[in-house]
Amino acid sequence: MAALTREETEALIQEVLEIYPEQAKKDRAKHLAVNDQSLEKSNKCITSNRKSLPGVMTIRGCAYAGSKGVVWGPIKDMIHISHGPVGCGQYSRAGRRNYYVGTTGVNTFGTMNFTSDFTEKDIVFGGDKKLAKIITEIEGLFPLHKGISIQSECPIGLIGDDIEAVAKKGNKEIGKPVVPVRCEGFRGVSQSLGHHIANDAIRDWVLGNRDGDDSFPTTPYDVAVIGDYNIGGDAWASRTLLEEMGLRVVAQWSGDGTLAEIENTPKVKLNLIHCYRSMNYIARHMEEKYKIPWIEYNFFGPTKIAESLRRIASHFDETIQAGAERVIAKYQAEYEAVIAKYKPRLEGKRVMLYIGGLRPRHVIGAYEDLGMEVVGTGYEFGHNDDYDRTIKEMGNATLLYDDVTGYEFEEFVKRVQPDLIGSGIKEKYIFQKMGVPFRQMHSWDYSGPYHGYDGFAIFARDMDMTINNPCWKQVKAPWKTDASSDAVKVAA
Amino acid sequence: MPSVMLKKNPEGKLIFYVPKKDLEEVAESVEFDTADKWGGEVVLADGSKYFFEPIAPPDFPITLRAKRVDSGED
Repeated sequence: MAALTREETEALIQEVLEIYPEQAKKDRAKHLAVNDQSLEKSNKCITSNRKSLPGVMTIRGCAYAGSKGVVWGPIKDMIHISHGPVGCGQYSRAGRRNYYVGTTGVNTFGTMNFTSDFTEKDIVFGGDKKLAKIITEIEGLFPLHKGISIQSECPIGLIGDDIEAVAKKGNKEIGKPVVPVRCEGFRGVSQSLGHHIANDAIRDWVLGNRDGDDSFPTTPYDVAVIGDYNIGGDAWASRTLLEEMGLRVVAQWSGDGTLAEIENTPKVKLNLIHCYRSMNYIARHMEEKYKIPWIEYNFFGPTKIAESLRRIASHFDETIQAGAERVIAKYQAEYEAVIAKYKPRLEGKRVMLYIGGLRPRHVIGAYEDLGMEVVGTGYEFGHNDDYDRTIKEMGNATLLYDDVTGYEFEEFVKRVQPDLIGSGIKEKYIFQKMGVPFRQMHSWDYSGPYHGYDGFAIFARDMDMTINNPCWKQVKAPWKTDASSDAVKVAA
Repeated sequence: MPSVMLKKNPEGKLIFYVPKKDLEEVAESVEFDTADKWGGEVVLADGSKYFFEPIAPPDFPITLRAKRVDSGED
């Protein structure tokens, strides 16, 4: 199908909105837009970070998900207590595939679930005593943990427990950081506020722990990788490139990260931000307090990787700049082979994305490197500044949809007929049953890494595997296809 | 009275960032920007105006309180 023109896309949006009642239509219209590259600011065309309407299907998460699941959870040598009823922690346990090295249950705790398992009694009488007991118990059972974070679930805020006081007492008792995080799920409109709250908790309770302590030896080439959660090993694939060009990665925030790395981050020379949405807050704080500049980078696809490596290198001296060129040259044969192999199979295929965080704009370059085109993109929980950065990346007259509803997304897909959809698990089976190839772009569909040159090879293979899978020809019942009816006639 | 984070970009221009509004904008002009006084009315690239109590020139980046003078076109 040919690309839609601006008028056709606008008409499509109007057509999709038609089904809503007046008020909902007015509200949803603000969240759907046709991309216009000439716009400097996204607030001229799209509204974001607003409360989802009751009654429509949204796939947003909650503040607890943003804090425990995204920012804090991957810090591997801390124990993160899901403070409240058991479900929040258990249903989100180990599903994100943020890999780490270590012995789980001894010195790392990433895939374990620690919860205070609230019952009626705790809601009525308060859970502070229980929390204090848990902290003591953890210290006894897991002596090698480096600290504890208390991730509040909804009831904690509702019953007014004083987790800060318990945390301070716990800190004195065990002599390790105990961080209370006020990330009750009802706060904010999506997981985005959870990221912010988690960033603020790190700022207030962790980041300054080693101020005035100069025992950590620094080099002029120290950087921190911020906002890479090591999904399927992403951060490792990024880190190797940075190290090969001569930089020293002091900290990984927070995939495969440790508490000590976080505490040492104020000593670095430059903060590298991958996921802007979830960790720009802490980068801005470090810029103000410690005068550490930060830049955004993008390690999806060779074009963007080369751009990013050069931009990172431009903040350092000639040795690093030469290092960046060396790294790009070293992998050139490798990524050219990947493109030569997969581009003929993927050329001209059209993709629709609907993801969170950084990927709705960051993966566009990787698709373009494979000759594919992104015809629609949207954020679950992005803000204005995310869309500001997206407008330039997307083609003209493509679809932008913010916090898209289940209905809208299905209708868009029916009309635009993309060759691939990249979204999350909640959309996956709907679209696969509709016969559209689908990749789960939150956890790379149990594959990965996708970052870096190594990741690009896997990315290209996965996209080819999905789009050119013979199963898509079998979706339609055999007696409903023309070819098969001919075959039946021949057989008869 | 939003809290505004101010920093200089590589071109030496002032970047104006309001966290709560996700507003990130280049400041077009600053009323007082001399060696002994900084502040006054700041006009952003999108046309909106903010007012800072004049102070001794601060060390950027810094967070300051601003008053919104007028909201520009929207």
